[in-house]
Amino acid sequence: MILFLADTWHLMLRHLRATIRLPIWIAMALIQPVIWLTLFGQLFRRVVDLPGFETGTYIEFLAPGVLIMTAMFGGAWSGMGLIDDLHHNVVDRMLATPVHRAAVIAARVLHASITVIVQSIIVLLLALALGAGWPSFAGTIGVLLAAALVTAGFSAMSTGIALLTRREETMIAVVNFFGLPLAFLSATFMSAQLMPEWMQAASKLNPVNWAVSAARHAVLGTDESAVWINSGLLLVFTVVMVMFATQAFRVYRRSA
Amino acid sequence: MDAIKVENLTKTYKGGVKALQGVSFSVAQGEIFGLLGPNGAGKSTTVRILATLTQPDGGSAFVAGHDVFKDAAGVRASIGYVAQSSGVDRWATGAENLTLQAQMLRVPAGQIKKRVAELLAWVNLSDVAGKLVNTYSGGMKRRLEIAMGLVHEPRVLFLDEPTTGLDPETRRALWRDLERLRRERDVSVLLTTHYLEEADALCDRLSIVDHGRVVVTGTPDALKADIGGDTVTIDVGGATATAEGVLKTVAGVLDVIANEHLVTVRVRDGAAAVPAVAAALNSAQIPVATMTVGRASLDDVYLKHTGHHYDAGAAPKAAAPAGPGD
Repeated sequence: MILFLADTWHLMLRHLRATIRLPIWIAMALIQPVIWLTLFGQLFRRVVDLPGFETGTYIEFLAPGVLIMTAMFGGAWSGMGLIDDLHHNVVDRMLATPVHRAAVIAARVLHASITVIVQSIIVLLLALALGAGWPSFAGTIGVLLAAALVTAGFSAMSTGIALLTRREETMIAVVNFFGLPLAFLSATFMSAQLMPEWMQAASKLNPVNWAVSAARHAVLGTDESAVWINSGLLLVFTVVMVMFATQAFRVYRRSA
Repeated sequence: MDAIKVENLTKTYKGGVKALQGVSFSVAQGEIFGLLGPNGAGKSTTVRILATLTQPDGGSAFVAGHDVFKDAAGVRASIGYVAQSSGVDRWATGAENLTLQAQMLRVPAGQIKKRVAELLAWVNLSDVAGKLVNTYSGGMKRRLEIAMGLVHEPRVLFLDEPTTGLDPETRRALWRDLERLRRERDVSVLLTTHYLEEADALCDRLSIVDHGRVVVTGTPDALKADIGGDTVTIDVGGATATAEGVLKTVAGVLDVIANEHLVTVRVRDGAAAVPAVAAALNSAQIPVATMTVGRASLDDVYLKHTGHHYDAGAAPKAAAPAGPGD
């Protein structure tokens, strides 16, 4: 167990160093939420006039949604680095050492979650600048937890897909195909009560929606049990996805 | 105890490609042992099995006393593995790569810093230790990889096609480094190569591998002595078939092998045979463009044991620079 934690930590530091050295990543991490928040925030400014929104301004409603969407994409793209590693024999080089197998996956998932937490804090600051206010301390912890969990789940899924397909093209297709529909089939942009019934039903099975609900209730401090229940669902989702990734890793090692 | 002992190893990939059809050899402690063969002969598969990366179908294999089938963890702790296509993290520095490798290989934390500095100096990369590997030349990258393979002072080092993709000058430099490795470090090396010249220059002993089988094993000198005598290679400008018939009748000729342009004559004593060979060709009115006398080469060894001339596959023969192998 100690070896697993040490390996995970050392491998995670490798990913983190690579991220920090990639200025374009930092730029994108900043720019994307800015675009979503300002564009959608302006475009749909008046929707809060409709009944069914818990917030006074749309930016307050939108901020946790954009935060979770950014988190989801951060996790979903994290398998790309693994594909690069696979193509450059980095994974094989590691597998020829006693390194803990699970740590290879855990380090990627952990790295994705840590970078997303940093991004989330940036989103919260942006929202603050745009007039959304800052959540309470417990609310901040809650929203960051929801972001970290949804990232971990999607990162594990992405890792599994990377190991099974080993192709960037497939990864791009999958993330593009599922990413935005999952965001729109949730209360990211629109209050659940204003969605058509079938969408409401679908959103109840959508991990992105669980994360949005947890994050929004944490920020607004309205319904503590909703934060716990949705975080619990996210945890289950993450565990299932980690199991999928572990299994995919086994398939990869057997197929070599 | 042998550093590596492989017996009757077999492997068939999904889709029916028979990569290994009973490979056997053993490597003594401290020896540089070569697996020589063209691309697709099964060299990399053998190394991947010994490095626990690929599951074999049958046979037995021991590395540093650990059973590859039953004790993969034991094997991993005692080997360094340098794959044919890098494996190094391009977006980290040389020192970071080495440090992480040391951590994964369970080098005690207190020794890592010292070990990393020592190895970087040993492969002459101290000056660029803090630079991203992405900025390294091919030769520098290779030296870093070898250092990474040695960071835990393993008993066995695998070098899979270490000089493929390097320019001739860098290859020579790497050979000198590997010579130094043999002199200065107590490690057994299993090296795969598709360069005859490289196997000849570096290996204490080697196995020639062809179509998933070991064809012959021995020291380069013994293998060459075994086929006996010298070779006279004659360029007869296309008249190879006629020349072959004529030369077979010359006294002292052991064997004649003809291909498109060249006729290779195996004789007991090259210098003594040349006049007779020249006279025979002259009387048969076959023009001779060039005639070279040489000691038997590994190519001749290869030819004798496999029945065909050495063809590295995609890569040009011998010293010509080659693109990355597959």
